[in-house]
Amino acid sequence: MGDMLQYSVSGLTVGVIYALVAIGYNVIYNVTEIINFAQGEFVMLGGLCAVFLVGTLHLPISVAFFASILAVGVIGFMMERFVIRQARDVTVLSLIIITIAISILLKGTAMFCWGKDPYSLPPFSPGGPILIGGAAIQRQAFWVVGVSALVVICLTAFFRRSIYGKAMLACADNPNAARMAGIPVRQMVLLSFVLSGAVGAAAGVIITPISLMEYDRGAMLGLKGFGAAVLGGLGQFHGALVAGALLGLAESFCAGYLSSGYKDAVALVLLLLALFFKPEGLFGSKEAAGLKKF
Amino acid sequence: MGKRNWGIFLGTLVIIAVFPWLVKPVKAISHYLDVMVFAGIFSLVSIGLSMLMGYAGQVSLAQAAFFGIGAYTSGILTSRLGFNPWAAMPVGILASMLVAWLLGIPALRLKGHYLAMATLGFGVIVTIILNEEVQWTGGPSGMGDIPSLSVAGVKVTSEMGYYYVVWSMVFLALLFCFHVLHSRVGRALRAIHEEEMAAEAMGVPTARFKIQVFVLGAAFAALAGSLYTHYVTFLNPASFNLMWSIRFLLMVMVGGMQSLWGALLGTVLMTFVGNEWLHVFAEFEILVYGAILLVVALLLPKGLVSLISLGGSPRKVRVPLTDGSS
Amino acid sequence: MTETKNEPPPKILELHDVCMQFGGITALKGLSYIVPPGIIQAVIGPNGAGKTTLFHCITGIHQPTSGRVYFQGVEIGGKLPHQIAAAGISRTFQHVALFKSMSVLENIMVGRHCRTHSGFWATGLRFAGMRSEEKGIRTSALSHLEFVGLSDLAHQQAGTLPLGKQKMLEIARALATDPRLILLDEPAGGLNMRETEELGELIQRICHGGITVMLVEHDMNLVMDISDQVLVLHYGEFLAAGTPREIKNRQEVIEAYLGEQ
Repeated sequence: MGDMLQYSVSGLTVGVIYALVAIGYNVIYNVTEIINFAQGEFVMLGGLCAVFLVGTLHLPISVAFFASILAVGVIGFMMERFVIRQARDVTVLSLIIITIAISILLKGTAMFCWGKDPYSLPPFSPGGPILIGGAAIQRQAFWVVGVSALVVICLTAFFRRSIYGKAMLACADNPNAARMAGIPVRQMVLLSFVLSGAVGAAAGVIITPISLMEYDRGAMLGLKGFGAAVLGGLGQFHGALVAGALLGLAESFCAGYLSSGYKDAVALVLLLLALFFKPEGLFGSKEAAGLKKF
Repeated sequence: MGKRNWGIFLGTLVIIAVFPWLVKPVKAISHYLDVMVFAGIFSLVSIGLSMLMGYAGQVSLAQAAFFGIGAYTSGILTSRLGFNPWAAMPVGILASMLVAWLLGIPALRLKGHYLAMATLGFGVIVTIILNEEVQWTGGPSGMGDIPSLSVAGVKVTSEMGYYYVVWSMVFLALLFCFHVLHSRVGRALRAIHEEEMAAEAMGVPTARFKIQVFVLGAAFAALAGSLYTHYVTFLNPASFNLMWSIRFLLMVMVGGMQSLWGALLGTVLMTFVGNEWLHVFAEFEILVYGAILLVVALLLPKGLVSLISLGGSPRKVRVPLTDGSS
Repeated sequence: MTETKNEPPPKILELHDVCMQFGGITALKGLSYIVPPGIIQAVIGPNGAGKTTLFHCITGIHQPTSGRVYFQGVEIGGKLPHQIAAAGISRTFQHVALFKSMSVLENIMVGRHCRTHSGFWATGLRFAGMRSEEKGIRTSALSHLEFVGLSDLAHQQAGTLPLGKQKMLEIARALATDPRLILLDEPAGGLNMRETEELGELIQRICHGGITVMLVEHDMNLVMDISDQVLVLHYGEFLAAGTPREIKNRQEVIEAYLGEQ
């Protein structure tokens, strides 16, 4: 029993991270229908930025958290402003290749700056693990879930209530109509990349104290996060949460009960199954998925 | 096959045939022969990928995985089970084709980003399997003791011998593909790429053809994998990972997607770049690859062949974003 | 044309209570109609009436939500578009879906796809059967090219043709599939008067060859000139049907169009 609880906790913890990555995909997708292959790199950079700020500059973790989010948000800004935007009117294939190229560049830059070693961050609050029902839960896990919940609440409120948020959603549905209604579509696209970077970075910072961070984690995180995004229904924030949790749990149980070597494959297999059999995800609608251009 | 194409074919054939004799005597560049063997092997992969991406308009980030399936099947059958390399090769090819067919049926219903991600995910799964099944594959530490090929009873261990074996295969593959392209099938593929709905309305079974090209690409990649195995005689899962799939993509893109010659040119170029001139950057090679990929995608999406105008109007390489209905 | 067909089959197309729903929108509501063989059947109606949707349902791009479509007495609902093409229905598209980077002749040769069968192996290894098939494709395509009057443009890139000729080419391509029924989706769209006249003349020649033509069109002069029967749709429903003269003066039809303006 204690085992299962342990696996559930670690599964949920990592699942929440996948959910955040999925939300990052959703933000950009909701506005532009682009799938950002570099999403995982945002997470990696967030974590490593925080490592630098805390480890080298000895800033407090709270400052490092917000500074990292800002920094990666800026990277998202530059990515859209100087690369994606230059690629207007190109094919879907070109966009795929461009975002892949950017992810490679970001990974290479990270390797240049931080080398290949994994780095750690001190947990946000000191103290040993908390024992609940036979499972030892790290304090950082509570931070992970807590911060993620906060991020989701803020984003949902932003998209539902704020004029910018609603404007961003309008852009995805019908950019021409949005433009005619006076919405600066370009700015909204830019904003989506910035937000996406920020969300990714947040995920990176909160997970590093638990599972460390190194330069090449982006690809796996990106893939699994995409799996959560598809499984939850592309564009659906709440779907991303549920799907992320499911993926994390599945992975954790596989590692615990079956084979730890194959645990990475679990999320990928689920991704493929979702793509093949239910591409609209658990919470998306078939018609909406059919209307989207891929 | 047009007259101009035949001209390029024969010209290239001659250049490839005499190449070893040109570089061997010169000490400084005699190792180019080895590089060209790899270029030939990789060309088989890119020719298949070019058929899939440039002509049928589908994307695949899984070619390295099929390369790996062919390589490891040959490696395992020959080193562990004592197969003759020439007998193991078709097994690897068939295995790869079967996997491609099974993957292709559901995957090729997807388009664009979804298809890219599906092939990407599949490729990573294969890498994980290669790393995990240590009993069969030797895992991350690799697998050695793989015998070399022999032709007519003579072991092909010299670079030059292998060079000719590999490039003969390349030219046979090119011939096969050119025949396909200048026929009913080739027109159907290009039709699918340009206006899939109209192609279907004219009687082209688009789903079936997409799967068939995908399987063809996997077959070529597997053949290349087998040739690779018996050349390097040592296998390591890291040679078949996502970065390699991206490298193959880059080779096709750099040369020009809708041109088999472009794929060949891009492959030879990128193999030399990778082997010769990126050594300087050592591990930061990936930075350069990313930069090249970005530059090509942004500035030269039609590849280098679009710069070489040999007459004829430029082709549009456009993957339809919508299903065409207004 | 490859051969003259003088004996059209007894019943060419039957729509039986066809409905087409997309999410919240009902594009076709319970449409029932029989197309007599060997005629030019026009389908008209204000924008949004469901005309192109109807074509998509007949050719398999959409599966009707309910109802049945019969072609030559056989139900074709649920079949894939390429199967329907092989069965004998061909079409053109509103937005001229030519293979723009291929030559004029190559476009028509694609039309022969459903009447030929060499696959990857046969073509890759150039079997003898494939070579003679290829010759046949070329000959057939050239004859269709001549039928629409574009013979001198055989090797020009399709995308460089003016619109009028592109429309002719698309029709030639559709004819190359040897259809019994051809669906033309707004073929006169964007054509000037002379081109429209040539188009009308071509459509009549197609019909005289024994092929039934269904025509979605907004150009009323063309419709009235060449159609044998007219079907009027309004908001996806059957509004009226009859000869052009009968339809022209029907109150409901006039109101439907005026209402749109």
